[in-house]
Amino acid sequence: MIYAIICLAALGAIFGIVLGIADKKFKVEADPRIEEIVNVLPGANCGSCGFPGCSGYAEAIVAGNAPLNACTPGKDEVRQKIAAIMGEEAGEAQEAKVAQLMCNGGKDRAVLQYEYEGVDDCHVAATMFKSPKACGYGCIGLGSCVKVCPFGAIKMGADQLPEVDYNLCTGCGVCVEHCPQHVLKLVGVSKLVHVRCSNKEKGKDAKAVCEVACIKCKLCEKNCPEGAIAVVGDAGNSIAVIDYDKCTSCGICVTKCPTNALEIILPINAAQKMEQPVNPNAPHACQKCGLCQ
Amino acid sequence: MSIRTFKGGVHLAGYKEGTQGLPIVEAKVPGIVYLPVSQHLGAPCEPIVQVGDEVKKGQKIAEGKGFVTAPIHASVSGKVIAIEKRPHPGGNFVNCIVIENDFKEEWADTVKPHPNPEELSPDDIRKIIFEAGIVGMGGATFPSHVKLAPVEGKKADYIILNGVECEPYITADHRLMLEKPERIIAGLKYILKSTACKKGIIAIEENKPDAIALFKKLVVKEKGIRVQALREKYPQGSEKQLIYACTKREVPVGGLPIDAGVIVHNVGTAAAIADAVELGIPLIQRVLTLSGDGIQKPANYLVRLGTLFSALIEESGGYQGEPEKIIAGGLMMGKTVFTADVPVIKGSSGIVVLKKKTASKAREYNCVRCAKCIDACPLFLEPTTIAKLVKRNLFKEAEQMNAFSCIECGSCQYSCPARIPLVQYLRRAKQEIVAMKAKAKSDGGKK
Repeated sequence: MIYAIICLAALGAIFGIVLGIADKKFKVEADPRIEEIVNVLPGANCGSCGFPGCSGYAEAIVAGNAPLNACTPGKDEVRQKIAAIMGEEAGEAQEAKVAQLMCNGGKDRAVLQYEYEGVDDCHVAATMFKSPKACGYGCIGLGSCVKVCPFGAIKMGADQLPEVDYNLCTGCGVCVEHCPQHVLKLVGVSKLVHVRCSNKEKGKDAKAVCEVACIKCKLCEKNCPEGAIAVVGDAGNSIAVIDYDKCTSCGICVTKCPTNALEIILPINAAQKMEQPVNPNAPHACQKCGLCQ
Repeated sequence: MSIRTFKGGVHLAGYKEGTQGLPIVEAKVPGIVYLPVSQHLGAPCEPIVQVGDEVKKGQKIAEGKGFVTAPIHASVSGKVIAIEKRPHPGGNFVNCIVIENDFKEEWADTVKPHPNPEELSPDDIRKIIFEAGIVGMGGATFPSHVKLAPVEGKKADYIILNGVECEPYITADHRLMLEKPERIIAGLKYILKSTACKKGIIAIEENKPDAIALFKKLVVKEKGIRVQALREKYPQGSEKQLIYACTKREVPVGGLPIDAGVIVHNVGTAAAIADAVELGIPLIQRVLTLSGDGIQKPANYLVRLGTLFSALIEESGGYQGEPEKIIAGGLMMGKTVFTADVPVIKGSSGIVVLKKKTASKAREYNCVRCAKCIDACPLFLEPTTIAKLVKRNLFKEAEQMNAFSCIECGSCQYSCPARIPLVQYLRRAKQEIVAMKAKAKSDGGKK
């Protein structure tokens, strides 16, 4: 009994001394800033910065290999905090971006070419004649983006199209990368007018498969006071595209579009903003068209 | 010789009674044929005719670049009226050369019988096979000349002719073996000659005793050719499983049959090779089974490539009841098409039409971890694990589980009591692995 106690005590003492020496001798100098930065990052490990997770990004910042503003989910707030930790200038704030769906061909609007049964994954459905919908360009509507969103910001709407919650969307772009049809785009949060169609076929063919398709009539192009929207591409491979740098969200094109392919999308959390005009700074501000209601 | 088979797999109901006794009948030649430019595995062809051109039967109308490709020939004589995108039985929209038939049935000048095919060198035979646009006619449509091309350091010592036909409903190869056995053996001899190989095996499942007996009788006087009877099991017609069943050799992961010293061809391909070498006829028609409980009169047809499924269905008396699914290919590996207006291509071994009652809609339940899929997998994969990884978008891990080896035979899904569409998950994994590899390649190229 006594021997056992002495042996164990001796062993404990020896290991304690060895560990103590090792701790001093082989100490790894970790920059405390790494941990501080990790603490201010959102922690979703979404990868939108291009580094393996939040800790990977934090290490890269401290090593001087990454810009301070690469964390899209963190927005301006996190950028300021990181800048404070690193003791650098934060630089100019960039507008937050959110994912926008460039398709409005929901359940009753787009024509189905077949009934899909199988795995609820847009990628799988896309291998079968492009899409269960006759429009091979539009949203498939099986919700791969919903599953992949690291912030839970996307949910399926009643018309089987994904709806993005602006409060939760951080503009990380994971859904944009994941979508097999490439119908999601990152757009500045203040931009309210979007072309909700991606069909590049000629007007007649596009209209035949979806009632809200862009028919390439160019009415938006002719009526835009800013020259911000244009139908680009050759016949049979063209689509109306908005130059968001020029667009003032005035909404004139929306009132002109004969198929409602253009749409003013109000944020889901916009109840309080609804009372104000669409964009008070725009030279062609609210037309009182009533579309937003 | 004892009856052999492979490990894993499932026993399926054959449903072959309806058509296995029916002789091959020549289908009505359609007024318009639609020939997709992609009827093979590999680079799609580019049309070499223009709209308005007069073409003759057997004339080359499209050819591709590179080695892994096969040219396409006009299956009727007439006028090219359009080149347009149309649905393809492979599940896509592909450019099709549309030819209006003038019913003159004039052959092109290039089609002429070879005076003495016995004197052809191996290189000549391979060249003829390439020019005739012959591809694997079991369904995989891999260009045949590629399989026969010599590979440095590897030599085939067995040629296996695949007459297994393990898919339910399909009896096209069975009928071909009964009706044109001498063409098949002639084709095998040309294949043997072009690869300088001595031994040939004709593999037939034991549910076709008449074909086994017939070939056993015919190969008695042929040196080096034997018939191998195989136990009835699915997917025995798959290359790797067939090689194991016949020779007890295993093809390494990611390898080709040549790595095991074997080359496998379908019996239909062998017959087409005999026609191409002796008569100079390119691949413009094939035998196909039209069956299923949704069809009035199931039949085995000799059909021109480019004939629409709808024309064949009409010839068979139309649908019986309301059709729910039209499957291009067999029940297990075929793809469902949403319209009957898709053309017959080189790899179409069958069309199965199912009634509403038969094609059951399955709801996916949770995995019960019974491991039936693992027992059934002839490639010894773990389909359930890979499906779980795919659900979480963990494709790197799926690749480590050898998801890319999957042959999509559907044995796992067939045996799954929870009705999990495992093949779809595995296809998704393969699709993403291909994308990852392509990305790694392009990134590597940039550096």
